[in-house]
Amino acid sequence: MTDFVRRHPMMSGVLALFLLFLATSAFAIVPETRQGIVVRFGKPVRIINPYKAGQPFGSVGAGIAWRIPLAENIVWLDKRVRDIDMERQQVLSTDQLRLEVDAFARYRIVNPRRMYIAARTEERVESALRPILGSQLRNELGKRPFASLLSPEREGVMDNIQAGLNRVARQYGVEIVDVRIKKADLPDGTPLQSAYNRMVTARQQEARSIRAEGAKRAQIIRADADAEAARTYAASFGKDAEFYEFYRAMQSYQTTFLGDGNEKPASTTVILSPENDYLKEFSGR
Amino acid sequence: MSIFSGLGALGRGLFTDNKGPWGQAPGGSGDEPPEPPSGGQGPWGEPAPKRRRRAEQPAGGNISSLDEWLQRSKQRLGGGGGGSGFPTQPSANLIKYAMLGVVLLWLLFTSFHRIAPGERGVVTQFGRYNRTVESGIAITLPWPIQSVQKVDVENIREINLGSASEETLMLTGDQNIIDIAYQVRWNIRDPEQYLFELAQPEETIRQVAESAMRQTIANVSLQGAMGAQRGVIEGVVAQEMQQTLDAYQAGVDIQGVAIRQADPPAAVNDAFKEVTAAQQEAESYVNQATAYALQLRQKAQGEAGAFDRIYEQYKLAPDVTKRRMYYETMERVLQGVDKTILEAPGVNSYLPLNELKRPAPRNPQ
Repeated sequence: MTDFVRRHPMMSGVLALFLLFLATSAFAIVPETRQGIVVRFGKPVRIINPYKAGQPFGSVGAGIAWRIPLAENIVWLDKRVRDIDMERQQVLSTDQLRLEVDAFARYRIVNPRRMYIAARTEERVESALRPILGSQLRNELGKRPFASLLSPEREGVMDNIQAGLNRVARQYGVEIVDVRIKKADLPDGTPLQSAYNRMVTARQQEARSIRAEGAKRAQIIRADADAEAARTYAASFGKDAEFYEFYRAMQSYQTTFLGDGNEKPASTTVILSPENDYLKEFSGR
Repeated sequence: MSIFSGLGALGRGLFTDNKGPWGQAPGGSGDEPPEPPSGGQGPWGEPAPKRRRRAEQPAGGNISSLDEWLQRSKQRLGGGGGGSGFPTQPSANLIKYAMLGVVLLWLLFTSFHRIAPGERGVVTQFGRYNRTVESGIAITLPWPIQSVQKVDVENIREINLGSASEETLMLTGDQNIIDIAYQVRWNIRDPEQYLFELAQPEETIRQVAESAMRQTIANVSLQGAMGAQRGVIEGVVAQEMQQTLDAYQAGVDIQGVAIRQADPPAAVNDAFKEVTAAQQEAESYVNQATAYALQLRQKAQGEAGAFDRIYEQYKLAPDVTKRRMYYETMERVLQGVDKTILEAPGVNSYLPLNELKRPAPRNPQ
């Protein structure tokens, strides 16, 4: 061996390089995040590190994998949960109102072999499923009135969409983990404007009713006070109506002719007849 | 440590060759070459350069450095096949030590890992998950056998959705529109899941937050979302997010959701301000009425009280009291007014009533 190397240094170097190449291409490192398909001359033969639900990390699967150099080749696919982000869709409800919906789905490749045959890459699966998600969404939401579109989670609409999408997804070897609506907005223009108008008029209505309610409360407070004052007066003055008559008259004269202290009354001239009760002693009778 | 000093000695040996750029120094061709000024010792006390020079001497003459180098490499590669048969010891040593050094450095840098406080190191062996190490110094097998990914689990990260400058509109349960901005705080609970389960963890959290918030807002009224139910909404969104992310096995903890802003859209803001104005106006109506009521009540009580007190006294001597009150009042009343007393009956018609009404100080005009 050593002699051979000494005698043919060039050849042994090339040979060593070739052996190194074989060794490195025969083994591949499989990370936890990927699953691989070993393809022999274009035909998938084995799957490395396939996804199994509930399998803990660090068990079989990831690690070092082998292949026949030159003949086999590994195609890598993602093992993680991936995202399909849908384009905005306009949905028409049964009561002819429009809503712009933005949704996303999460999926995982559960059958790499089928996925490889049907689509080859994740991007192609996503671009195939994206329009289907859109049409599922339109179909399911289009069956409902606008009011229930706002919270489709309540009526299991999302489950229906997920089930519908899953039927197609299974053909691509992927599983839909979840479908969710990210945004549901009124389209710009008339629908948004009329919603604004409705909000404005509702607020104006609210403002008016608040004012009216305030006025009502004020009126009741005044009336209550009036009633209470009347009751107080009646309880007190009712004890002797005749004396009250006299007492009030005295007060009234004073207020009328002398003022109530706040403002001076107009100057007064009083013409008294000698028959007046006040002057009855005047005549000296 | 010894390896480094050995390496240093090697280096010294290399540079004390005492040669000019164009071959051997002129003084060096004699039998007894002078000691080089910086003449170093070999790693084990041998005068290494000296010995080598002796080995080179048979070649003698005026050879260039390049020729020498070629010759030496030939000796090395050919395994001492030609020339003097002396192995060029320092060069062989150099390669040996350099390789050893590289290996040691490689071991040092790929087997010892400093995991900062609050971090976890996820160790994978040939890509397969091996273990998770706590913070401190972790020792693993060297790369490429094992490698460590550091994940900060204590750091609470923030995602801000919506901003003050741009409107983020959402439909509420009563089909109104609200402009909302909020913040999600989260950290990594399970570093393995975080690294291995989701393709884009941050983007996923963002999307789930948007979805959970939309769903929650769609179940409350505008008034609730703007005020009273904010706290409830924050709690529900955080819970919903946590459930969804747990279903994805994201390995993420939602620490909290904070609504930073929940306002009506700018287009309808004036109408909302009008409601506030109306509320204040209504309040002021009520305040005025209350003030009036208070005043009236006091007045009534005052008057009634006064009457009661006088009446008490009046009851004791009705006639006298009445007459007294009458005269006192009349005195006060008639004191301040112009008085005319008419004796004879029937005079009334001759009175200049105008002048009586407009007395002295006024100029007759």
